[in-house]
Amino acid sequence: MAAPKHRRPGFSKRAQYSIFASYLLGILGAVIGLLLLAISILDPRGFAVLRTIGAEATAPVSKTLSEVGGATGEFGEEVSAYFAAASKNAEMQRELDSYRIEILEARALKQENERLKRLLDLNEEVPEAVAMARLISSTSSSSRRIATLGVGNTSGVEAGQPVRAPEGLVGRVLETGPTTARILLVSDGQNVTPVKRASDELPAFATGLGDGTVEVKPINLGTNPFKGGDLLITSGSGGLYSPGIPVAVVIRQSDTGAIARILANPAKASHVIVQPIFQAETVRQAEQDEADRLAGDAAGGD
Amino acid sequence: MAKAYRSRLNRQPSQLRIKVVPAVTVILGSMITALPLITDYPILPPMGLLILLAWRLIRPGYWPVWAGFPLGLVDDMFSGQPFGSAALLWSLIFIALETLDNRGVGRDYWQDWLIASLSIIFVLICGMLVIDFQSNLLRLEILVPQILLSILLYPFVTRLIGAVDSWRVAR
Repeated sequence: MAAPKHRRPGFSKRAQYSIFASYLLGILGAVIGLLLLAISILDPRGFAVLRTIGAEATAPVSKTLSEVGGATGEFGEEVSAYFAAASKNAEMQRELDSYRIEILEARALKQENERLKRLLDLNEEVPEAVAMARLISSTSSSSRRIATLGVGNTSGVEAGQPVRAPEGLVGRVLETGPTTARILLVSDGQNVTPVKRASDELPAFATGLGDGTVEVKPINLGTNPFKGGDLLITSGSGGLYSPGIPVAVVIRQSDTGAIARILANPAKASHVIVQPIFQAETVRQAEQDEADRLAGDAAGGD
Repeated sequence: MAKAYRSRLNRQPSQLRIKVVPAVTVILGSMITALPLITDYPILPPMGLLILLAWRLIRPGYWPVWAGFPLGLVDDMFSGQPFGSAALLWSLIFIALETLDNRGVGRDYWQDWLIASLSIIFVLICGMLVIDFQSNLLRLEILVPQILLSILLYPFVTRLIGAVDSWRVAR
């Protein structure tokens, strides 16, 4: 459609000025936007209040819809399960038989493990859950990978706590509101997870690629020991995630490390568990050191 | 005059409806991230932007040039992008479209679609680069499904907004 004719102001000074002022305001808006963007890149925690208000405002809708969505998703799977039921049954029977033997072996290993731990006087308590809830929505129109969880700081959820599903690590808590929390998923480009290879404890870092995979880089650069099928679990270094949570499986080698697929698919996990920070003391100490260093730098700068 | 006809004659649409409806539809579009969709890829079309472009192209001259800024700020609350990214990008789109309008050249439907498509591509790519320029520059291809979906969805959004617009000004 062509621009309306009355927008040509002719000789009216007043009309010309108002169009000019509107332009100036538009440019001013862009400049302020740029400033806000610069602030939020320098301080990602800034404006968290506004985002929390947004999440809290839409949470009732998301929660209701996710209940409905969960039900329909399961319905589809239940219908498809009727097809090929017989062959599936036989296959599962075979699998069950093999698992029975493995369970017995695992039980024996567990007993031995406990005995050895007692010998070493190691007393690691298994972290219990802070809360259990549903992921109710995510930033599916943005390149960030942040999901919203249906519980918040009134249930004891705090920033930094790891979030996991039965299959593996989902992410960690980024910001909390009263009844919602924002979860930085493992696949987000800004999320770095300290991992190790399950078979030989080779330490590495997993950085999200934003598409359901992570890039794995070994700490010892120069070597590239990863093979397809390697299981990566959290190493516990950094003190945020407790060790031994499955994270990803290597799918192929890359130039500097490997590309791995994340095990816990947040879209499929109906409920996730929020765990306490593995070594809260260590994390607090690290933050304190960082603050001291910054304060020292500032003092030195003056 | 018969009383029965009085209410139907010389009616004016409510000023509130005329003024508020476009902004409300754009904000509702921005709230699409409240849908319980949890995805590994950015796949959901940026509905706030699509609705904004539809209004802007159906009714040139309705929005002032600065309208991209406040609506962008609201979108930033829901999108998960760094705060200010939509405020900046939507403002730039509005300045560009205003400049285009002032050329006074008539546009047809297909050109509107082309302009909307270019705007969508610009906003999505810049939105991704804003997060992390260096590493995201190498994997812009993960935006391709979202861009295609958004461009294909635009005509439907335009039809919808056209219907909302005729309701908005209906007497």
